[in-house]
Amino acid sequence: MDVAADDRVQIRLTVNGRQREAEVQPRWLLSDVLRHDLGLTGTHVGCEHGVCGCCTILLDGSPARSCLMLAVQADGAEVRTIEGLAGPDGTLHPLQEAFRRHHGLQCGFCTPGFLMAALPIYRGAAGMSDEELRKALGGQLCRCTGYAGILAAVRAAAAIEDER
Amino acid sequence: MKPAPFAYHRPRTGDEVDECLAEHGSEAKVLAGGQSLVPLLNMRLATPSHLIDINRLEGEPGEPAVREAVVAFGPLVRHGSVERSAEVATRLPLLVEAIEYVGHPAIRSRGTVVGSIAHADPSAELPAVLNVLEGEASVRSRRGRRSVKAVDFLVGPFRTVLDEDEWVDEVRFPIPARPHGTAFEEFARRSGDYALCGVACVAERADDGRVEASLSYLGMGPVPVRLVMPTLGPDEMADGALAEALEDATRSRLEPIDDLHASGEYRMWLAKRLGLRAARRAAASIPALHR
Amino acid sequence: MTTRMFGQPIPRVEDPRLLTGRGRYTDDFEHGAAQAAFVRSDFAHARIRGIDVSAASALPGVLGVFTHADLEGDFGEPLPLLIPNDGLTAPRTQRALALDEVCYAGETVAMVVARDRYVAEDAASMVMVDYEPLPVVADLAAAAAAGAPPAHLDMRDNVAGRVSEEKGDVDAAMAAAHHVFEWRFRIERSASMPLEGRAVVAKYDEAEDRLLLYDATQAPTGVRAGLAALFGMDPDRVHVVAPDIGGGFGVKVVQFYPEEVLIPWASRRLGVPVKWTEDRREHFIGSTQERGQIHEVSVGVDDAGRILALETRFLHDAGAYCPYGLIIAINTAAQLPGPYRLDNYRYEFTAVYTNTVPTSPYRGAGRPHGVFVMERVIERVSRALGLDSIELRRRNFIQPSEFPHDVGVTYQDGGPTVYDSGDYPRGLDVLLEALDLDRARKEQAELRAEGRTVGIGMACYVEGTGIGPYEGAAVSILPDGAVAVATGLSTQGQGHETMLAQIAADELGAPLESIHVVAGDTRRIGYGVGTFASRSAVVAGNAVLLASREVARQARDVASRILEVAPDDLVLEDGAVHVAGAPDRAIGLAELALLSNPLRYAFDKRAEAAARLAQRAYASSDRPLPEGTKPGLSATEYYSPTSGVFAFGMHAAVVEVDPDTFDLKIRRYVLVHDCGKIINPTIVRGQIEGGVAQGVGGAFYERIDYDENGQIQNANFMDFLMPYATEVPSIEIHHTETPSPNNPLGVKGVGEAGVIPVAAVIANALEDALGRPVDEMPVSPLRLFEMSRG
Repeated sequence: MDVAADDRVQIRLTVNGRQREAEVQPRWLLSDVLRHDLGLTGTHVGCEHGVCGCCTILLDGSPARSCLMLAVQADGAEVRTIEGLAGPDGTLHPLQEAFRRHHGLQCGFCTPGFLMAALPIYRGAAGMSDEELRKALGGQLCRCTGYAGILAAVRAAAAIEDER
Repeated sequence: MKPAPFAYHRPRTGDEVDECLAEHGSEAKVLAGGQSLVPLLNMRLATPSHLIDINRLEGEPGEPAVREAVVAFGPLVRHGSVERSAEVATRLPLLVEAIEYVGHPAIRSRGTVVGSIAHADPSAELPAVLNVLEGEASVRSRRGRRSVKAVDFLVGPFRTVLDEDEWVDEVRFPIPARPHGTAFEEFARRSGDYALCGVACVAERADDGRVEASLSYLGMGPVPVRLVMPTLGPDEMADGALAEALEDATRSRLEPIDDLHASGEYRMWLAKRLGLRAARRAAASIPALHR
Repeated sequence: MTTRMFGQPIPRVEDPRLLTGRGRYTDDFEHGAAQAAFVRSDFAHARIRGIDVSAASALPGVLGVFTHADLEGDFGEPLPLLIPNDGLTAPRTQRALALDEVCYAGETVAMVVARDRYVAEDAASMVMVDYEPLPVVADLAAAAAAGAPPAHLDMRDNVAGRVSEEKGDVDAAMAAAHHVFEWRFRIERSASMPLEGRAVVAKYDEAEDRLLLYDATQAPTGVRAGLAALFGMDPDRVHVVAPDIGGGFGVKVVQFYPEEVLIPWASRRLGVPVKWTEDRREHFIGSTQERGQIHEVSVGVDDAGRILALETRFLHDAGAYCPYGLIIAINTAAQLPGPYRLDNYRYEFTAVYTNTVPTSPYRGAGRPHGVFVMERVIERVSRALGLDSIELRRRNFIQPSEFPHDVGVTYQDGGPTVYDSGDYPRGLDVLLEALDLDRARKEQAELRAEGRTVGIGMACYVEGTGIGPYEGAAVSILPDGAVAVATGLSTQGQGHETMLAQIAADELGAPLESIHVVAGDTRRIGYGVGTFASRSAVVAGNAVLLASREVARQARDVASRILEVAPDDLVLEDGAVHVAGAPDRAIGLAELALLSNPLRYAFDKRAEAAARLAQRAYASSDRPLPEGTKPGLSATEYYSPTSGVFAFGMHAAVVEVDPDTFDLKIRRYVLVHDCGKIINPTIVRGQIEGGVAQGVGGAFYERIDYDENGQIQNANFMDFLMPYATEVPSIEIHHTETPSPNNPLGVKGVGEAGVIPVAAVIANALEDALGRPVDEMPVSPLRLFEMSRG
């Protein structure tokens, strides 16, 4: 594939289980295309240099910073965003329910990134020490909560899931 | 912060990469993990007119290749797969230990080992590990291939010996032949940050049973610096002899800079403290002699 | 369901949408809008000799490139001076686009509007500005020194203003004191740095001459009023909506930022919606910071450590402009005394211009500076006299019987600083018990015996909260039973929607789920002030209380006519109005709302009852709408406090310094806080936890680093270090409740509580650990290393 700077290329990707298409320029960031072309504004942009983690999504199952990816790189990939976390009937994912119960969010701007980053690790969270869990959630900034509610929520999510 | 415009190429084979670099090399950058490059693009600190995305190269392994005497990485092996590799943890735990300091999980899921070496950040962990193990990089272009030793490959901050039309398609970390222990130490302001000072250490048991420790420092100069300690007995490792040797070596070989986060003097202090810790820990983890 | 909502840890009503990615932040609106980017000064001080926009304008996709020359009339004038003060002898605010002089690196010089942000940034990089660099003064002390280069060409020095006040007779008291000490303290604060930057979306509708803004602002009513005046438009045609906002912490309360004027201006000029979303680099150089002060303190004490007199002369870094006036420094001066009785107190501050980003309040707003000074004084006096600093605090506390207590200086609202209530001795008791000081000291001794460097420190503070001039609340009960509440201030994560709903629920007896709070939309209520200075619960909360009470009164009134009982015999409960003691004689709120509007035309089946009501009234020779009443159940009420109300707290920390790296580890962090009556304990806890985290960041990690050319060296998140979860300790929170007698709810604010004393606590703990004074904050491993070297 070769695309001139001012040309567009069609990309096809699966987002939250649905086939989506977009026409993108090579330099457009995945975070921007998700938000503005695909209308999925739940993924937020805090820094555009990979430090704050607000833009974290799951790419082919692994957490990735969507601000550090070109949309064109996501062609053919499977992307999961915050909009795909709750059930189709709106039932909150245990992680979301845990954040709600444990006051794991205030302004909500970092929350989608945290939820997606916590998704791969929440099942083992209850067994982690405080230090281990903080490290596992490293790389995600929150300016509002001081992290206390977030840690409590991630720790509690697996039990909420098992309750169901 | 959006990148300046660039043409985008997605070669499917190594030959196509060669061709692309031959044509555009002077204005091109290779995109692998993107965790170091894309921030530079977004901040317009790098404004290549061509971006060569190698993430879809066919047939490239996603896992490290653990061979008899070396652990080898193709260009698409991500940091995350090293973290998860039980084989690497057994044969070359230094790599796993160092990689845990590289950024955060979301960074490690995309960033590549080869990319980290080619990026040549003086504060990065993996170039120091390559350096202490005296590894090498496999460099190719349309003109041919060559192997470059770590110490020759990294020439300055964010500078390597790569010509404009060259790229790295493999990096090899030798596994020390003699019984050995390893340790990695670093100090960063926050978890996952670039280190103010870090050190990768290999401690090998010499034939006479004494310990030969090599340490490669990161964040202490324009490129990783490898110091070889004099051979020391186990007692000397524990007492002032090691500290003295380290003091001499660091003072004569390391040139740390002053910057926002640390002064050269403070870095030198860290170098000695972390070096001591690493050397002792590495020595202590040398497998015991079998009788 | 008769549970009272006030005081309950109700889960937040905001959460479901925020958790599922359905929050609507400013950048989420108007995807099709044109986008702006700005050319910002590269130089900290320079003359602009010329601007060439030709190449930028010619770029495909660019709708316009604008400089000051394009701004007509008042649009080209300096932006408002928000808080006037007689002490501001040389007020300066910037223009939306610079005219001929730029005074900080980051000042807006030109605006590009293009089809998307990528193209806008391309064009911005093509604008050629011919700068003539001028001398730069970036350091506070240097700027205040005689002969310093002026940060503004038209000034001979860098003094923005000076204020001085005295309570009692400091000179006499100092002369009579047994001991007089003099110390210098320096404290740098950093910046709000919310994770969502600023953003503005403007839609000017030419056909209707209407302007609508979505703006991530903490003060939409102020922005609206100012834009209406600037555009010469009837305020009813100008509306500002603050949607979901990703954190504010003070930086988003300044009005106006240049972009808040230029984006609507561009929309009107170009006839299309225009959006600007700040990126992180812009935020560092284009949004305000708080930064530092240098204090020269004299304190006179007696042998028992009672403070007889205290004087501070301090410099305050205003940055290049002072849109927010002198508020930070005034707060420092007024709040410095804290919980201590200072019968003789004098301050003099000089606000100084530097060629750096303008300063304005960041959570704490000058109080952290004052607390740092006062608590360092307490510690240093104790050590100098060989006294226990806790004992010293007790000796100097204002006693519970001494309220109201007049500090004797002017407060930030222009009135006197008068504490309404507090119980500092009890707070200290609670803290010490929670800390178990004896055991902590024993553990410290054991660790020290192992060669470890451990220290224990504490700090107390009093926090002025809840200032006016007022807030309003519009409450209505809708015919479907929903309760609509609107208030003029906006919300940035503090849980206002939940907290205010709790208050309304109690007054109206309505289920919480039926109450919908909208904050910060001038279409719903046009008068308001803003979210800052820990005031929302106090001022908006009491406004909601008053408005809800009035609606409840109206509901009883309407019901009394229908049920034919006296209004006093009616209660509101479980979503209905019923006769006291006879719950079956009830009318639901939905039905009542319908019936409160007597109709001629029944617009649907349910409305027939209202039509019949009107007919019945006339049939009994009555009028359907009694004199003095109006249709509907709704009220808009305003609460204007007589003065601020003063919360307080005390924090303690056990810290350890790593001998190899000089890294700081907080082993324990314990605090007691008192914000009067608590509306939602969960929300309060979250505010404190977040505040402490910012305090830890400010004490050990965050610092805006300027070089001598006025360039920020760390304008990115890799080098400006905000703490991750790995850098923030767990916090133990205890509370006392000393209600305020000054407002009906008895509440005080808590928004800033967590952050205010943290720098002081850490400094005091470090002094205890290292055995040497720590009189400058923030510190860092480098700094601790240098201190250890002598």
